[in-house]
Amino acid sequence: MSATTSTARPVSAARRTGPAAWLQAAPLGLVFLLFFIVPLVLILAVSFWDASEYELIPAFTPKNYIAIFDGCSNASDLCVTLKTYYSTLKFCFLAWIFTLVIGFTVAYFLAFHVKTVGMQTVLFLLCTIPFWTSNVIRMISWVPLLGRNGLINDMLIGLRLVSQPQEWLLFSSFSVVLAFVHLFTIFMIVPIFNSMMRIDRALLEAALDAGATPWQTLWNVIVPLSRTGIIIGSIFVITIVMGDFVTIGVMGGQQIASVGKIIQVQTSYLQFPLAAANAVILLAVVLMIIWALTRMVDIRKEL
Amino acid sequence: MSEHEQEAQPVAPSTSEEASSTTRRTLLKAGVAAVAITGFPYIKAADKFTLRYLGTAVNQDKAIADKFKADTGIEIQYIPVTTDEVTKRAVTAPNSFDLIDTEYFSLKKIIPTGNLLGIDVKRIKNADKITSLFTKGEVGGKKVGDQGTAPKKVMFLEGQNSKKFSATPTQFMTLIPTVYNADTLGIRPDLIKRPIESWKELLNPEFKGKTAILNIPSIGIMDAAMVVEAMGLYKYPDKGNMTKKEIDLTIKTLIEAKKAGQFRALWKDFNESVNLMASGEVVIQSMWSPAVTAVRTKGIPCTFQPLKEGYRAWAAGFGVPKTLNGKKADGVYEFINWFLDGWAGAYLNRQGYYSAVLETAKAKMETYEWEYWMEGKAASKDIKSPGGDLLAKMGEKRDGGSYEQRMGGIACWNAVMDENEYMVKKWNEFVAA
Repeated sequence: MSATTSTARPVSAARRTGPAAWLQAAPLGLVFLLFFIVPLVLILAVSFWDASEYELIPAFTPKNYIAIFDGCSNASDLCVTLKTYYSTLKFCFLAWIFTLVIGFTVAYFLAFHVKTVGMQTVLFLLCTIPFWTSNVIRMISWVPLLGRNGLINDMLIGLRLVSQPQEWLLFSSFSVVLAFVHLFTIFMIVPIFNSMMRIDRALLEAALDAGATPWQTLWNVIVPLSRTGIIIGSIFVITIVMGDFVTIGVMGGQQIASVGKIIQVQTSYLQFPLAAANAVILLAVVLMIIWALTRMVDIRKEL
Repeated sequence: MSEHEQEAQPVAPSTSEEASSTTRRTLLKAGVAAVAITGFPYIKAADKFTLRYLGTAVNQDKAIADKFKADTGIEIQYIPVTTDEVTKRAVTAPNSFDLIDTEYFSLKKIIPTGNLLGIDVKRIKNADKITSLFTKGEVGGKKVGDQGTAPKKVMFLEGQNSKKFSATPTQFMTLIPTVYNADTLGIRPDLIKRPIESWKELLNPEFKGKTAILNIPSIGIMDAAMVVEAMGLYKYPDKGNMTKKEIDLTIKTLIEAKKAGQFRALWKDFNESVNLMASGEVVIQSMWSPAVTAVRTKGIPCTFQPLKEGYRAWAAGFGVPKTLNGKKADGVYEFINWFLDGWAGAYLNRQGYYSAVLETAKAKMETYEWEYWMEGKAASKDIKSPGGDLLAKMGEKRDGGSYEQRMGGIACWNAVMDENEYMVKKWNEFVAA
């Protein structure tokens, strides 16, 4: 593929800049402009506006940003914004590390141990089962499992491992991370599996012939070659978790703060400028994370 | 706000929750621009005469629309969203509906925009029969609590196009009341095993890790204020309009309780509250009456416990957007008149809400139903919901008693405070604590 494009370059370079090329790119470009760039610019603009209970007042004021960081100079007690970001980042990291380890393992199994394509498809479909019901119902169903009178607690007490029901199982950081992992591991599996399927099987044989142990093959051959999938999966998981407010809300018993939740509360109280300012900050943080991730691999080249 | 949010049974709530969260996300992405184009997949062919009814799920019962269509031939197109979303659309997209069903406390945000028209009472047949709770703030001739946004404070406009509320009755009403009720704490009597009489029990360490409060700031803070007063910490001049200092005190009390592990969870969705209670995760919590009913229909004992400090009340009503004219305007007035005429009122009363014109509703209810729901008497037959579910067995009485006892016990109303922005900010601190 890359060989053909490089030989064809002289022709296609001219074609790429011609009016026909612009025309071809125009529909997608317009969609992007209309539904991505314009709204984003509007959010940025509104974040500097003023507002009352019932109307937005065009202005240029930094007061929304000042309000967000109000009290953050006090070093002894973290302000709400920093505390919230800390908690969101913590969930982000935990969800990322678990989905990565589990997702990589599952993808590895699917790619290298399942021999037939038919079986791979069946197992893949199995991985999507968590998405067969609605988000809220799926999360509410954790209650009978993890709750005070739930299956797990009944079992633990039945086995006499504990004498009191374990409260930390539900409405806690534990249950939030559990739900994230349950929901988002598939986003890791798909891209990593995709990368693994492109690995030339001859390389594995070569590693074996050269005397590498299975672990060495995994670490020195498979992991580096699955890098693109890992990074893409990480971007999926991190961006979703950073903006999430439903999962943290339901599984955390609404007692755990998240940046998304704050924005949601503010929009429902018509505090659009404040919410916009929060969204801009969140966007900046997420972009920085993604930028750092893309430093590690040139996705455009690898795809 | 209230029982409204997601009343419609199991399937609908989750979808509407998801729908509303997508709208919110879309809003975030698209900012204000999106508001103007926020989805109307609902508009049907233009030649057909259809009224777009914006509101929350509670009144948007299919049976009501069907009955109205059978009676008049006019089609009702429901646009079900959450309470906050109704306000947001009334403020930002007033052309997107022909009839709005919103809460009285939202009027403080909506009326100053000038998007609603004063409703001419001369065109409303039963206007003079609307319960005195709305027009005078009285039940059975006695004044009830008016802290917060009591309907009587925002019931009338100075003129048809006015943006100012009138303190005395005029010819122009802001909203024609549809349903209202009084909220209190829900408890699991089988797990508590002793009488509960006061709001202060919500923060009683005896129930540590087994209580919940609702995570809708404007209502949650009112419930918290009822608790603070019951604990004897402070007496608010107006719980529905706190000063910054009062907000600080209330939130501080909540944060201390939260840090001590008092709350098992906070809830926002109607179904969450049902789930918390039915599973026994929580034994005492803020609750809405249909949620109590939902727990009971599962065969689990649950009481909507009347408390000595009184109830927190809420009320909703129909408003007419200013842009409406022609035959659609006539249609809207026809619908409002039909709604007050009794059939719909009886339907709502049977669900445990109260209707605006009691005498017309009474005419459409059986005597034993009226006695159970409105007079607080023991049921002389089994009481069933409009859907046919058994709600109370023969001999049972309604929690809280008669209409006069319940509505007469109102202590405060759902409200929008002057310091709303500050309150929301402090509430976020509570959630993050």
